[in-house]
Amino acid sequence: MATTYDAGVKDYRDTYWMPDYTPKDTDLLACFKVTPQDGVPREELAAAVAAESSTGTWTTVWTDLLTDLDYYKGRAYAIEDVPGDDTCFYAFIAYPIDLFEEGSVVNVMTSLVGNVFGFKALRALRLEDIRFPIAYVMTCNGPPQGIQQERDILNKYGRPLLGCTIKPKLGLSAKNYGRACYEGLRGGLDFTKDDENVNSQPFMRWRARFDFVMEAVQKAEAETGERKGHYLNVTAATADEMMKRAEYAKELGAPIIMHDYITGGWSANTQLAQWCQDNGMLLHIHRAMHAVLDRNPHHGIHFRVLTKILRLSGGDHLHSGTVVGKLEGDREATLGWIDLMRDSFVKEDRSRGIFFDQDWGSMPGLFPVASGGIHVWHMPALVSIFGDDSVLQFGGGTLGHPWGNAAGAAANRVAVEACVAARNEGKELEKEGKDILTAAAKHSPELGAAMETWKEIKFEFDTVDKLDVSHR
Amino acid sequence: MQDYKSSLSDASSRKFETFSYLPPMTPEQTRKQIEYIVSKGWNPGIEHTEPENAAGNYWYMWKLPMFGETDVDAILDEIEACHVAHPGNHVRLLGFDNFSQSAGAAMVIHRGETV
Repeated sequence: MATTYDAGVKDYRDTYWMPDYTPKDTDLLACFKVTPQDGVPREELAAAVAAESSTGTWTTVWTDLLTDLDYYKGRAYAIEDVPGDDTCFYAFIAYPIDLFEEGSVVNVMTSLVGNVFGFKALRALRLEDIRFPIAYVMTCNGPPQGIQQERDILNKYGRPLLGCTIKPKLGLSAKNYGRACYEGLRGGLDFTKDDENVNSQPFMRWRARFDFVMEAVQKAEAETGERKGHYLNVTAATADEMMKRAEYAKELGAPIIMHDYITGGWSANTQLAQWCQDNGMLLHIHRAMHAVLDRNPHHGIHFRVLTKILRLSGGDHLHSGTVVGKLEGDREATLGWIDLMRDSFVKEDRSRGIFFDQDWGSMPGLFPVASGGIHVWHMPALVSIFGDDSVLQFGGGTLGHPWGNAAGAAANRVAVEACVAARNEGKELEKEGKDILTAAAKHSPELGAAMETWKEIKFEFDTVDKLDVSHR
Repeated sequence: MQDYKSSLSDASSRKFETFSYLPPMTPEQTRKQIEYIVSKGWNPGIEHTEPENAAGNYWYMWKLPMFGETDVDAILDEIEACHVAHPGNHVRLLGFDNFSQSAGAAMVIHRGETV
């Protein structure tokens, strides 16, 4: 029915607050944590978030009447209290799928975390979760290989994979850097890794690094008879340069490359992931800058959203936090987002911070990577928390071994295998971990020396970003 | 400080993926790993190869995977039968997970003379 044009400012809630709306299976759903300025009603704010992240602007415009805005608009359909926090509330918003370009997490996020985050009526805003409808998931390319395919490519089954980030992060020459990789790989690691800020600096240009590191990988493979890789970081200033480095890695026979998906950008990441799928390459994803976005409990983007974005954009590994190491990460919340990386269907579970059912269909899962301040004493807990489908990455925990990288690598390899064998035998790793490691060290002086070196090191600080649970 | 003993010329440096950094399993330990495979509902499978051909994806299947087999002794017997028939070969046990289409477990039980 035709309506007349009535210029001026209307309350957002007249149009965008729809408490009786039943979300469709094809809708993209979002949960925001909204911290209002004083005196603004919740319904009006929820509606404002829906409007500003979809079709609306601050005033009525005549061109609104040229289309069917009631079809295209985002709809705020529910409001909930945040358990244990009266300063904010959850707003649930449904967006029709036609608002988003197919296969573009860039487009989705430009809408959902665009202008609305600077909106003056809000004191703070956090995107807690998104339910991507399966119809949208199917338009995305996803992980280039996925867990099952990666295991087959690398011939590694029935245990977590082991990695090591080469340190010092910056300043080594290419030849010395390759030495550090070689020693770790011959000692029993599956992977070594460029640190995130290793790109192509004057002290070690990318091409020299690639050449020396691949000699290290190939010699360690011949020596141990096992398949190995090094995450060659192709993150670069331009997407063209990134692709040039990726092509050279492939030419050298590297099985895996690496990208920083937040600083490098989602557009570049999606391009690289599709190239990896077309070229049989594995893609390791680092998450530099994530804590800027996800650590503040009231403002930003939760990591579970960034996890979903990456699975859609594409990557075979993603750093997840360790729970036990030096970096932030609540245990239940971490279990929630590692499920989002690996499983084909994840049910709503508020105790893990999961706000929506998420159906991934047949999109492959990816390996969570536990990295940061971990060492052999953490191994029983890591195997217990992460299970087999994970990459456990020990940087200082390999390179800091008193006898060097090869011994440090062997210590970690013996420890992970001992823990997996014990778990399979029905032992409780987190209870019996010390006995399991002590028994394994009888056959491995390398493990014994590692246990002695790190026996006192713990990182017991309280988590800043906790799950929202009632404390009253 | 100890030297890390490993070299191209020393065949004992060659490894066999999962559990190959641990001492060879005792029969009792092997039995427990088989019990784990059975408890997971995976299908046991046995493969073997000449040591010089160990690098590829495809080893020789010893008969077909033992679909639905839950008798640990029957599985142990097949591993031994494969070993007796091919005493110089590596023999590995896999637990095939048909839902993930991957091996949930894989371990070399008998090692031939490495090269």
